[in-house]
Amino acid sequence: MQWTELVVFSALFLLVTVLGFVAARWKAGDTLDHLDEWGLGGRKFGSWITWFLVGGDLYTAYTFVAVPALVFGAGAMGFFALPYTVILYPIVFLPLVRMWSVSRVHGYVTPADFVRGRYGSHWLALLVAITGIVATMPYIALQLVGLEAVLRSMGLNGAGILGHAPLFIAFVILALYTYQSGLRAPALIAFVKDTLIYLVILVAVIYLPAKFGGWGAIFDSAQAKFDATPAKGDGILLNGNNQLQYATLALGSALALFLYPHSLTGILASRGRNVIKRNMVALPAYSLLLGLLAMLGFVAIIAGVKPITNEATGRPDTNTIVPELFGQEFPSWFAGVAFAAIGIGALVPAAIMSIAAANLWTRNIYKEYLKKDATPAQEAKQAKLASLVVKFGAVAFIVFIDPQFSIDLQLIGGVMILQTLPAVAIALYTRWFHVYGLIAGWVVGMGWGMWLLYGIPSADGKRPHFGGSALALDKLSLFGWHPFAGSTLQIYVGAVAVVANLLVAVLVTVVARRLRVFNGTDETQADDYHVDEDSPRVKPVAVH
Amino acid sequence: MPSARQSSLRWSWWNLLLLVPLLMLITPWFNSDEPRLLGLPFFYWYQFVWVPLGVLCVGIVYVKTKDQPTVTGKPDLLGVDDLDEGAK
Repeated sequence: MQWTELVVFSALFLLVTVLGFVAARWKAGDTLDHLDEWGLGGRKFGSWITWFLVGGDLYTAYTFVAVPALVFGAGAMGFFALPYTVILYPIVFLPLVRMWSVSRVHGYVTPADFVRGRYGSHWLALLVAITGIVATMPYIALQLVGLEAVLRSMGLNGAGILGHAPLFIAFVILALYTYQSGLRAPALIAFVKDTLIYLVILVAVIYLPAKFGGWGAIFDSAQAKFDATPAKGDGILLNGNNQLQYATLALGSALALFLYPHSLTGILASRGRNVIKRNMVALPAYSLLLGLLAMLGFVAIIAGVKPITNEATGRPDTNTIVPELFGQEFPSWFAGVAFAAIGIGALVPAAIMSIAAANLWTRNIYKEYLKKDATPAQEAKQAKLASLVVKFGAVAFIVFIDPQFSIDLQLIGGVMILQTLPAVAIALYTRWFHVYGLIAGWVVGMGWGMWLLYGIPSADGKRPHFGGSALALDKLSLFGWHPFAGSTLQIYVGAVAVVANLLVAVLVTVVARRLRVFNGTDETQADDYHVDEDSPRVKPVAVH
Repeated sequence: MPSARQSSLRWSWWNLLLLVPLLMLITPWFNSDEPRLLGLPFFYWYQFVWVPLGVLCVGIVYVKTKDQPTVTGKPDLLGVDDLDEGAK
């Protein structure tokens, strides 16, 4: 047991717990019994709060442990996180402000609300809502993987169900203050989380390279390690086969990120269009941080860090390499701060994700099918309860099922959420696609994407299915026809699936338009997509 | 179909700058070890350079398109005679 680390960690954890409960009264509106307030913090966050909130939301604890772990294991391929988060903001800059405006006029809380309004189809909205919930659930579970990596590094590495007890306690606390304070809790805690993360990583990337003889020596030793392994795909540079995978994974991930309901929650909670635009300029500060952090994976190689064995599963957990690196190279108190940064870093996105999933459930399933006349107060109540269910579902995932399952599911989730691109993102610009085309495209993209993922074995050959997202083009088959037979290039499965999705959507749309099939009613108007905060057309916040 | 009522797009040529960061996806341009900077292989520091470049592109678009009116549909104050130039 590492007592100093544990004391520092617990003190900081206590601080954010207090903040989480106090947050209910922070910038409080007239009531918390409305989704605009509980689920979107009153739709009035300014530039700074949004920067911390969205930064804390997108750059999660799992990112902070998994990206360096990937670099540690595979080298350059893990660095895709940097181009991913650089191209992200230019891509979403224009669509996000349109989404904010149309949501502000019509009071939309979720992406599925928008689809419902744009196409007048509750079926299409249901598909989008279910995709969002299913893709978000394993993502929440992965935040627990990040939190648990830290707890186990501090010596709380018990076996069996009891070994998960610290995680369970941390999550009960999180569940309680999220229930009480809604989105205000993670917004306030994000200030602490991000400050700690910046502090820890800046210290680490200045101190550690100096200690190990500079970046030159670090990269040379990493290359020596990769040369010695039998695996072909690793190294400090990309090889001929995985460059297409690198580019398509970065692009696919960038297109997918703001389709996740929790990313959109942070955007819809902001006060106006300029808040979002300023944040698109300022958020890459986190990307810089992520890039620096990724390179700590190489530092862990030269430092000879060994991933610790998870006593609950009996396997070495590479996600522990960053916590182990800090534990090994820094004084205990600073390692405690670093652990707290990662641990609290798990709480912020977990809270926002559970709120986003709860909003989807409440708005697009509960109110749509179960209780059509639900009042705003009943909606808020339902969402609060749903957020509890979602969080305990995530804990159950980690405790009772192998964590590997969550990692597989998150991989699948990225491919799944990308299939809502035509219905959500493209629909912001045009209503050319027919609702039947969108549904057919979703079915094909989803089905084929799952099938392709199912057929990919893991790099070490131990698991035959869901072993990664890199598809060898050679294996790509259209009803038995192999258009790229013999090619050793790899591509991101999500990219293949979304192209298939779009093609089918176009074909069905053309046919449906020929046959003049009714394409739903659009409740939005062209001007709705440009309305700003000072317009008289915005819907009042939290009116019953 | 009500979709063709009027275009909901506002176009500015500055928006094209948002496509520039996609150039960093062309991996053959930077997949090399040399030249190193502060010990970092070219592959890594090249991609780090794109972080400020990306910020610059988005920042320019933000500043240059800020003054465009975001709401149309204001009452048309031009009289018929002003519009109908050829009548004079």
